Amino acid sequence: MSSRYLVGRLGQALLVLWAAFTASFVLLQLLPGDAILIKFEGGDLGLSPQQIAEIRLAYGADEPVLLQYVHTLAGFLQGHFGYSIQRGVPVTEAILANLPATAWLTALGFAVATLLAGTIAVVSSLTGLRWLRSLLRGLPPLFVSVPVFWLGIVLIQIFSFRLKLIPVIGAGEWEGLVLPVLTLAVPISAPLAQVLIRAIDEVRTQPFVTVARAKGASSRWVLFRHVLRNALGPTLTLAGVLFGELLAGAVVTETVFGLNGIGRMTEQAVNNQDAAVLQAVVVISAAGFVLINLAVDLLYPLIDPRLRKTVGATT
Amino acid sequence: MTDVPFEQQAAPATPHRLDLRTSTSRLRRSFHPGLWISWGVIGIVAAFAVVPWLFTGHDPVDGSPLERRQAPSLVHWLGTDELGRDLFARIVYGAVNTLSGAVVAVAVGLVVGTLLGVVAGSSGRRIDDAVMRLVDVLLAVPALLLSLSIIILLGFGTVNAAIAVGVASVASFARLARAEVVRVRRSDYVEAAFGSGGRFFAVLWRHVLPNSLNAVLALAALQFGSAILQISTLGFLGYGAPPPTPEWGLLIAEGRNYISTAWWLTTFPGLFVVAAVLSANRISLSLRGRSA
Repeated sequence: MSSRYLVGRLGQALLVLWAAFTASFVLLQLLPGDAILIKFEGGDLGLSPQQIAEIRLAYGADEPVLLQYVHTLAGFLQGHFGYSIQRGVPVTEAILANLPATAWLTALGFAVATLLAGTIAVVSSLTGLRWLRSLLRGLPPLFVSVPVFWLGIVLIQIFSFRLKLIPVIGAGEWEGLVLPVLTLAVPISAPLAQVLIRAIDEVRTQPFVTVARAKGASSRWVLFRHVLRNALGPTLTLAGVLFGELLAGAVVTETVFGLNGIGRMTEQAVNNQDAAVLQAVVVISAAGFVLINLAVDLLYPLIDPRLRKTVGATT
Repeated sequence: MTDVPFEQQAAPATPHRLDLRTSTSRLRRSFHPGLWISWGVIGIVAAFAVVPWLFTGHDPVDGSPLERRQAPSLVHWLGTDELGRDLFARIVYGAVNTLSGAVVAVAVGLVVGTLLGVVAGSSGRRIDDAVMRLVDVLLAVPALLLSLSIIILLGFGTVNAAIAVGVASVASFARLARAEVVRVRRSDYVEAAFGSGGRFFAVLWRHVLPNSLNAVLALAALQFGSAILQISTLGFLGYGAPPPTPEWGLLIAEGRNYISTAWWLTTFPGLFVVAAVLSANRISLSLRGRSA
C-alpha cells in the first residue's frame, strides 16, 4: 500500500468529518430561538434580564458566529461537546453516563444479528430442502420491512403478556435486555444476511470452487474452507453502515422499552430542542462511520492478499 | 435503512452485473405470484388513500364510547380503540397520511438527489468532488438521526416529517444519478449524439435520462418502502401528524397504552406497514431486474 494512498484516504476521511461538523453547526445556527431562550426566558423561573444576560455570557451564546464556530470546533476536537441546556450538564458527561447501557445493548444486538445472519446464510446455502431454502432466503426482505418499534411492541405482547416469560416491570438487568436486543438484532441482521448470501452465491461460481469440488470436497467443506472465507470481505464493508444503524436502532429500541441510554437521550433532546445533544450524537455517529470505513479500507488488503500488490488496479 | 444493496451497487468495487443478470433470468421465468400480490397490495393501499369511504362504513374519528376496546368481530373487523372508533376505518383513512408523506419524501429525495447527481456527473472535477463529499456527509449519518436533525430544525408535523425523511434519501439518489450519468455519458450512442452536434442538455434529456429511468424508478420504489417505515417511525415518536389524525405509526403509538388488554390496536396497523413496505421492496426488485 503506497503511503500516498494512505494520506489521501486519511485526508478524505478528515474532510468528511469536518464537513459533517460544519453542517451540523450551520443547522444549529438556523434554529429559531435557542435552548437558553426556551429554558430560562420562559418567565416561570422569574429571572431578571440581567441574570439572563449573564447566563448567555456563560454559555457564550452572544459571541460572533465565526468565533462560536472556532470555539465549538476546538471543543469537539478535545471531546468537549458543549452544554446540554435541558439537563444542565456538559453533553460529554451526559453521553458518558448513558454510554454503558447503549454499548451493552448495541454490542449484544450486533452479536445476535451476526449469529442470525450467519445462520440464515449458511443453512440456506447448505440445505437440500427447497422449501427451507426459500423460507430462509425470504427472511431478510421481511426483516427490513418490519418497523423496529412495532417489532418491540409485538415481542412485549407475546413474551411478556401472552407467555409471561419476561416480567414487564421489575425484570432483572439481563432479563430486561433480552427483548430489546432481539428487537435491535432483527433489522440489523437483514442487510448482513443479504450481503453474505449474495457473496456466497457469487464466490460459488468461481473456478477455484469448482476445482475444490472436482477434487472431491464435500459441499460443507467447500462452504466453510473456501466460500465463506472469500465471502467475508464484502460483508466487512457493511461495518460502517451497521454502526450507524445500531445507533439509530437504539433510539427507537430504548424509547419503546424505556431504557435509559444514548438513544433515549437523543429522543428527549429532539422533544426539548436540546440541539447540542443531537449535534454531538450526529457528529459521533458520523465519526464512527468514517473511521470504521477507513479501518476497513486499510485492513482489507491484509485480509484479502489479492488486493495487496497494487492498490486501485483493475482486476 | 434498506438501501444497502444500492450502496453496494453504486460502489465501483462490487461487480453488480452478475446480480442483475440473475434477476433478469428470474424475471424471464414468467409467472410471479409474489410480484402480482405486491402490486395488488400497493393498489389496495393506494385505493385506501384515494377513496377510503368505499372500504368502510365506519367513521375514523367519531366512535361510540359504548363500543370501546372491542375485539375484532364481524361488525368491527379489526376491533375498536379506547374511544370506540373502528380500527379498520382508522387504518383505511390513515393510509392517505402515511402514503402521501412517503410520496412527498421520495419526491424530495428524487428531485434534490437527482439534481445533485446530474450536476456532479456532468460537471468538471472540482464541482463533482465538492458535491460528492457533501453526499458522503449525508451518507455518514444514519437516516433516522439525519431526519431528527431536520425535525429539530423545522419542528413537528406531517409535512416536516416527510421532508425530513426525504432529505435522508437524497444521498442514495445523488449517487445513483451520478453513476448513471457517468455510465451513459461514456457510451457510444451518447458520444455519437454529441458528435452530431447535440447540445449538452438536449443530449441529457433525450438520451441519458430515458436510459437511466429504470434504475431511478427501482430506487424510487425502494425508497418509497423505506419512507413508509421512516414516516411511521417518526409518527410513532410523536414528530409527525398530531394525535386525532389516524397515521399508521401514530395508531401503533396510541395502541401501545392498551397493550395488555387490546392486542389488535398495535398488531394490525403494524401488519399494514409491513405489507406495504414488503410490496414496495418486491416491486423495486423487479424494476431493477428490468434495467439490466
